[in-house]
Amino acid sequence: MQYAILCYHSESEVFSWTKEQDDAVMSKLMVAQERMAKAGRLGPVARLMPTTAATTLRKDQDPPLVIDGPFAETKEQLLGFYVVDCKTLDEALDFARDLARVNPGGAYEIRPISFFQPGTAHA
Amino acid sequence: MTDLAWINTTLTSARPQAVAALLRYFRDLDTAEEAFQESCLRALKTWPQNGPPRDPAAWLIMVGRNSAIDAVRHRSKQEALPADDVVSDLDDAESAIAERLDDAHYRDDILRLLFICCHPDLPVTQQIALALRVVSGLSVKEIARAFLSSESAVEQRITRAKRRVSDAEVPFATPGAPERAQRLAAVAAMIYLLFNEGYSASGGDAHLRAPLCDEAIRLSRLLLRLFPSEPEIMGLTALLLLQHARAPARLDADGAIVLLEDQDRSLWDRKMIAEGLALIDKAVRHKRPGPYQVQAAIAALHSQADQPEATDWSQIDLLYATLERLQPSPIVTLNRAVAVAKVRGPEAALAMIEPLASQLSGYFYFFGVKGGLLMQLGRSEEARVAFDRAIAVANTAAEAAHIRMHLDRLTKDSAAGARATS
Repeated sequence: MQYAILCYHSESEVFSWTKEQDDAVMSKLMVAQERMAKAGRLGPVARLMPTTAATTLRKDQDPPLVIDGPFAETKEQLLGFYVVDCKTLDEALDFARDLARVNPGGAYEIRPISFFQPGTAHA
Repeated sequence: MTDLAWINTTLTSARPQAVAALLRYFRDLDTAEEAFQESCLRALKTWPQNGPPRDPAAWLIMVGRNSAIDAVRHRSKQEALPADDVVSDLDDAESAIAERLDDAHYRDDILRLLFICCHPDLPVTQQIALALRVVSGLSVKEIARAFLSSESAVEQRITRAKRRVSDAEVPFATPGAPERAQRLAAVAAMIYLLFNEGYSASGGDAHLRAPLCDEAIRLSRLLLRLFPSEPEIMGLTALLLLQHARAPARLDADGAIVLLEDQDRSLWDRKMIAEGLALIDKAVRHKRPGPYQVQAAIAALHSQADQPEATDWSQIDLLYATLERLQPSPIVTLNRAVAVAKVRGPEAALAMIEPLASQLSGYFYFFGVKGGLLMQLGRSEEARVAFDRAIAVANTAAEAAHIRMHLDRLTKDSAAGARATS
């Protein structure tokens, strides 16, 4: 079974870490994930930019509505995600609109990725 | 890294929210700060054993509020009862949690707290000192170190600022839209000044002042979280990130300034640049350009050039032209002239800055640019005069040292010229 482990934390706190604190956490995490990586069981790992960099596409209306900031509703649940490589936010939004056309309802939050490690998991 | 260091980070990150909420309850900055201080002391006692609470800000607000109310009640036993408005809100503690969920309320609390610090009556240095003390929670000692000033001077600056602020009586009612926009602009300007206070530092003191830049970025992100759809706040945050990304390359080992052209671009912080670019992307969608966005766009063009030669100077020239329209100032024109020199040559740039001479007669950078342009045109004697003037008005030793380097080069060149002709 493949599992996604979604990381939640207080953003104002994490972005108050000094560089030394941040580096310390990152290097400890690297050590902690080594066992899975060596066994070829570690998939992609990503760290997201803060929610201030997020844009949300509400697709429960036609045409979908672009809103600044993260997805902040509590009625809906996180059900999946895509990782795409785009030159601009507009390009990412266009792709999200394509998806929205065939799967309306709910929302997509578009959040830039600040750190990405493709992973070692065997397909 | 001790647990205490982490608890301190948690307290610092919760501080703006907590002090802002406590200020709304008590309507007095000193009481709010004391209440927060008290709740921090309790946190340091109980968190190491029990672990931090799920919502540290809410915990600190509740504990701070209760302890301050206790203190007022305690005093009231000895003194006459306080007027009702001294303790403006005596609801049960649970309501603190309910209010926590009300983002709009929170937002105006924090904005009010920030706005109080940049009251127009306060001189800039007092604004920044007050914000660092009250919002960021830096100690007087830390602020004094960053300002290269004595602790007693900083203490006095903050006390004076607080007195003026309490005299000025910032209204506690929920602000209307125009008022909110006005507060937002004032706060953005204060954050930008705070950043520049750290950024313009150079020489041996640079590492002492870098925390001011980090703090400005933290406050700017906070502001953007509260006002996620404001393109100028996106622009401001992007601008700070893009400029700060270059910090590791801005000074050499001796603390001397390294010009943009000569910087080791591999030292630039790519993560900060990426975040800055992402924010500009967001801002542009609003099609409401403003000074911060334009300056961020200029910084973005620099950050996207792998080598100085790859810089898109004609685009930078156009952006400065836009900035001149949005926010006319001789300094903007001076900056534009640097781009113009690259696009249309030093002669055109010199013609552009000549009319600024009287307005910028005390400005180091003006004479630096002028000297540089004259040097490019081979007018060595005039260049020397301009550089001498630059040294005379330099603010820091590093600025002066940088200009001396140019002068040395001029002297060497003319000596070499003399040798060649003799």
